[in-house]
Amino acid sequence: MSRRQPVLPMSTYTLLGALEIGLIFSLVALGVYISFRLLRFPDLTVDGSFPLGGAVAATLIASGTDPFTATIAATAAGAFAGLITGWLNVRLKIMDLLASILMMIALYSINLRIMGKPNVPLIMEPTVFNILQPEVLADYVFRPLLLIFVVLAVKLLLDGFFATQTGLAIRATGSNARMARSQGVNTGLAVLAGMALSNALVGLAGALFAQTQGGADISMGVGTIVIGLAAVIVGESLLPSRKLYLATLAVILGAIVYRFFIALALNSDFIGLQAQDLNLVTALLVTVALVLPRLRQRSIGKKGG
Amino acid sequence: MLNAQDLHLTFNPGTPIETLALRGLSLEIPSGQFVTVIGSNGAGKSTFLNAVSGEQAIDSGKVEIDGIDMTRQPVWARARHVARVFQDPLAGTCEDLTIEENMALAKMRGQRRGFSFAVKQALREEFREQIATLGLGLENRLSDRIGLLSGGQRQAVSLLMAALQPSRLLLLDEHTAALDPRTADFVLKLTARIVAEHKLTTMMVTHSMRQALDVGERTVMLHQGRVVLDVAGKEREGLDVHHLLAMFEKVRGEALDDDALLLS
Repeated sequence: MSRRQPVLPMSTYTLLGALEIGLIFSLVALGVYISFRLLRFPDLTVDGSFPLGGAVAATLIASGTDPFTATIAATAAGAFAGLITGWLNVRLKIMDLLASILMMIALYSINLRIMGKPNVPLIMEPTVFNILQPEVLADYVFRPLLLIFVVLAVKLLLDGFFATQTGLAIRATGSNARMARSQGVNTGLAVLAGMALSNALVGLAGALFAQTQGGADISMGVGTIVIGLAAVIVGESLLPSRKLYLATLAVILGAIVYRFFIALALNSDFIGLQAQDLNLVTALLVTVALVLPRLRQRSIGKKGG
Repeated sequence: MLNAQDLHLTFNPGTPIETLALRGLSLEIPSGQFVTVIGSNGAGKSTFLNAVSGEQAIDSGKVEIDGIDMTRQPVWARARHVARVFQDPLAGTCEDLTIEENMALAKMRGQRRGFSFAVKQALREEFREQIATLGLGLENRLSDRIGLLSGGQRQAVSLLMAALQPSRLLLLDEHTAALDPRTADFVLKLTARIVAEHKLTTMMVTHSMRQALDVGERTVMLHQGRVVLDVAGKEREGLDVHHLLAMFEKVRGEALDDDALLLS
């Protein structure tokens, strides 16, 4: 086995690991897509609601709650965090970005309170993954499989929801709030609902992350928003579409592709990158993804002119 | 139908740029009447319209629609009774949504929005029929983003959307002002047709005296936040633009005289 030369400088194990984390972060990316793109609400709460989900799930599981209930509780906690950010903005008229930053730093303390210490390990405890895992599959194969199922289910539910009357009202609020109001949409409520939904997904992602990575840690949320945005932007340049069901697919693909690039970069010895270079690689990748579509447009413009 | 009583509104009170936008404006519109509103810049036309739609809170006075006191109600709560077409053709529709999604949004104006799909097949057929009456060939483009349409087309769709749900009051805010003359003419004819078809109580703000006399059955002139002229029926039929201009000059002259008195 060791004699075979792999095409990629990555083992199957690393590949599946990248897919696993990519799938988890595709939930974050879907949440970020809802706040940044559909609601046009620059929401940094995710840096707090991601570890919040992890903290709630890990603490509950460690204290003997079954992992499914713990995961649902973590999702609800995320929704609640989003609701408060929305409320700060809608009711107290605090600027959207600032409201989310306030919520983000408040959550740092709250997460420490929930866990009672900087991290809660989950080593021997049951998780949604090891409970459902069949004997025949290795854990590192089953985890991405289960996540594919979860992510697809979430995607289809979101596509369906945003095609309902309520979902349409939320999209209209983000697109043209004045028009939405004149059509009888309570835009304040729509923002609250959208923010709750967005952060519920992020909370869910945090809960799943804690259960795949062996526990929750207070610093696990650092840079979540950048990774989420990176996934959205990479997805949009891979598969540009205004159709919602394609846009959600693009966002998921973006998160996975992004993760593969990170794994590739970190596993390529010849580049000489190490784990601490992760954020630099992210920044470069987002920059490239932002500039590429414009370069493409310019070359089309030249041909046309 | 619409009963606006003694509306007062001052912008930036107590500052050097204090503006008395509405000074005791009162207007009653009976059900089914089509009223055109004219006035010079700063006369309070748009402010009055915003006060009726709820976009602008007023300092004092009362706005009643269909016998219900709406003075303190937000825009979305009034939407049950009030439909509106904006001056900016881009403001009345959501450019990110498709034509049919925009229409579905308007179809539920003032209704409880639930969790059933917004665009169902039956509704799509209804929209297709409605939009075909515009004669713009949009009936085959229902799933196109509305942002792809021209300003005139979007304004026409906005008008259709205003009539999708029976409303008590239609507010038109210089809704042809941003269009080229031919499109403006088309949208104006469409307005007359839709208002007649649905027997809507309508208040149309316009900057064109010609338009104000050509459409509707009553014309109101605002000046300095008050109604200074209110003509309907026989008296209005005999009016021409130059009559209106003369009246306009007269009230402005009187206003100047008032100021002169104050200053002397």
